Amino acid sequence: MVDYVFEQHLSGGILLPANKAASTTTPIRRGFVPRQLVLALHQHRGAPAEAVVTVGQRVMKGQLVAAAASSGPSAAVHASTSGTVRAIEERPVLAGNGVQSSPCIVIEPDGRDESVPANGQPEWPHTTEAQRAAVRAGGIVGLGGAVYPTADKLVTPIPCKTVIVNGAECEPYISCDDMLMRESPAEIVAGALLLTEVLGAPRCIIAIERDKPQAMEAIEDAARALEDPRLKLAEVPTIYPAGGERQLVELLTGEEVPSGRYPGEFGYVCQNVGTAYALHRLRAAREPLTSRIVTITGSGVRSPQNVEVPIGTPIAELIELCGGYTDDVVRLIAGGSMMGYALPDDDVPTTKATNCIIAATSAEVRIDPHEWPCIRCGDCALVCPSRLLPQDLLVAATTSNHAELATLGLQDCIECGCCDVICPSQIMLTERFRIAKRAVAARERVSVTTPGQE
Amino acid sequence: MRFDQPTAPHARPLVSVPVIMRRVLYALLPAALCHTWFFGSGLLVNFALTAVAALLTEATVLRLRGRSTRYAIRDCSALVTAALLSFALPPFVPFWIPLLGGAIAITLAKQLYGGLGKNLFNPAMVGYVFLLLSFPVEMTQWLPPRMGDLDYQRLGLGQHVNYVFTGRLPLDLDIDALTRATPLDLVKEGLRAGRPFAEIRSGSLFGDFGGHGWEWVANLIALGGLYLLYTGTIRWHIPAAFFAGLLVPATVLYLVDSTGYAAPGFHLFSGASMLGAFFIATEPVSAAGTVRGRLIYGAGIGLFVYLLRTWGGYPDGVAFSVLLMNGAVPLINRYTRPRIYGQH
Repeated sequence: MVDYVFEQHLSGGILLPANKAASTTTPIRRGFVPRQLVLALHQHRGAPAEAVVTVGQRVMKGQLVAAAASSGPSAAVHASTSGTVRAIEERPVLAGNGVQSSPCIVIEPDGRDESVPANGQPEWPHTTEAQRAAVRAGGIVGLGGAVYPTADKLVTPIPCKTVIVNGAECEPYISCDDMLMRESPAEIVAGALLLTEVLGAPRCIIAIERDKPQAMEAIEDAARALEDPRLKLAEVPTIYPAGGERQLVELLTGEEVPSGRYPGEFGYVCQNVGTAYALHRLRAAREPLTSRIVTITGSGVRSPQNVEVPIGTPIAELIELCGGYTDDVVRLIAGGSMMGYALPDDDVPTTKATNCIIAATSAEVRIDPHEWPCIRCGDCALVCPSRLLPQDLLVAATTSNHAELATLGLQDCIECGCCDVICPSQIMLTERFRIAKRAVAARERVSVTTPGQE
Repeated sequence: MRFDQPTAPHARPLVSVPVIMRRVLYALLPAALCHTWFFGSGLLVNFALTAVAALLTEATVLRLRGRSTRYAIRDCSALVTAALLSFALPPFVPFWIPLLGGAIAITLAKQLYGGLGKNLFNPAMVGYVFLLLSFPVEMTQWLPPRMGDLDYQRLGLGQHVNYVFTGRLPLDLDIDALTRATPLDLVKEGLRAGRPFAEIRSGSLFGDFGGHGWEWVANLIALGGLYLLYTGTIRWHIPAAFFAGLLVPATVLYLVDSTGYAAPGFHLFSGASMLGAFFIATEPVSAAGTVRGRLIYGAGIGLFVYLLRTWGGYPDGVAFSVLLMNGAVPLINRYTRPRIYGQH
């Protein structure tokens, strides 16, 4: 018997076409070995990793190639297949706000995919401190997309009340978590319990959106087999962005995490199901994070599917693996259709953050940039999960009224894109708010560095 | 291969301004046909004239302002204003009334404020009130409904169009023989003369709740309103609050004194109640923008409609109430902002 947790309340949100069916018809494709690997040293939040290999050196799958920085949040990077280091140089990689040049370790795989021998690996430690160090050395980061180093979330300023394992996966197109839950439920549940133990939490909720009955059934069976009273399940409504960290905390506990603060400060720790899986593999098989599930989908790719991708695989190779582009592809998106980044080309490596690649045709993405004037219908306010008034924010942003922007809560905008999609005037609100945030930040920098001004 | 790189979200917008405006026009269609059945072709003639005036003025003023007409004309917003105004006009008016009304609504209430999305007051209601105050005689030429065996003197389409453009009626008819007081007029006059409500509404011009024929137009306007709710074109807050604002005082006073006050059902199905609740008060630009604000705004309109009908100088009060509450919108918005997530 597994207990269900019933939802509390979610502000705003919107029902979107899921577009997940195309990528969930076949099992996850495994065992793919790329022709080239480009491992970014900075593929997580916090400090970049530091390279520990030299050009020409042969590396094995799972071998450390860049160690976590000596201080601050950081995570190690490992070779995701066997091969030879060909270069350590600047390459374009997908960073937090688009494609940027970043130091990378370029590996030429030998196709043998040989792993580091399992013997000689240290045992899973017993103390919490040592476990966190092992997670840091294992290169594990949040795989929901935020890539915050997991070790740094395994300690909370107040005792952890609830671990939330996020399998909501609310964003359209993305199905990697759904497929992983269907295929590896026992590992995910074991990883969830591992998190619960490390954090000393009295309960752990695995939250799954209602549109994933197969994943829910698999996870429920796996949880029932363990008979742990700390484990709870929650079926959350299929509303975007129910899977956002702050929204999920609100939905499951009724508590709101203000902007600028983190759920951990309130005793809640959220981890993605993929992260739970990776933690279990680290403990059970001493495997560091060298691969993740990536959804390759959209009408612009011939055979959409989920693939277990060695981290650092160029996106071009994944598109090739999935049958190549169709003739009418117009856009390549890393991430989902609501918060993902449009890529200039496919010569970009995947990172630990890459959960989805959408090759989109003009029928499925916005092409026409025309905007009508705001007719103040207020639908943007109805769907805003932060309960902001986007129509008023738009006026304040257009007139650069920074005081009004602050009053209206610009910093609380999570840039989910709900207001854009519902807006009948088709105004690109989210982009306006991003620009306004940058303008506010720039002005704050000026006022801080200009002496004598208050 | 190079791709375009716009920023997120990439998902297509779910709806557009022209789609919303067209939905409003579709939603009015059943009521328009019903209106034509009961009151003749006046509504359709009025709509045609109002639409021509609205579209021509919109295009002309946009040109004068140096703005593109490409999207502004095709967004159908001028047609919605024209449709709402033509529902408010009596079916039997000279041609210059709808032409002037359409032009005033678009110029005075919409374009002078900056065009679509900038108007502080509902354009159709500004046009209507302008006409009502300026031309009270022409604006009260209402017709009796089709009543089968009891039918009143009616005009054919040719005779109607001839009157609209030339002001000439067939020799054997005069205007007073054709036009009739509306049910709202009859109730107002009757109650003022001290006749009990039940007696007034036992007259042949009355139906189940409102006026004969009128209440069927109201039913089909409500149907159109439900279609707008179902498609998410309007939200429930304003209509629900409007009905509450109108029906709560109507019910209380009717329970207190059922001879001296009209029944709540009569208020609901008479005049512009349904049109006001679903189509006019919900005009987004001039309505309150927050959820709580919309409840206050809708209830305020409903309440003023009741007050004006019961104690005011005009038989109906929807247009005045809407304009009154339009003026209160900035204040309402200011004090009904929702609590931001995570803030206290």
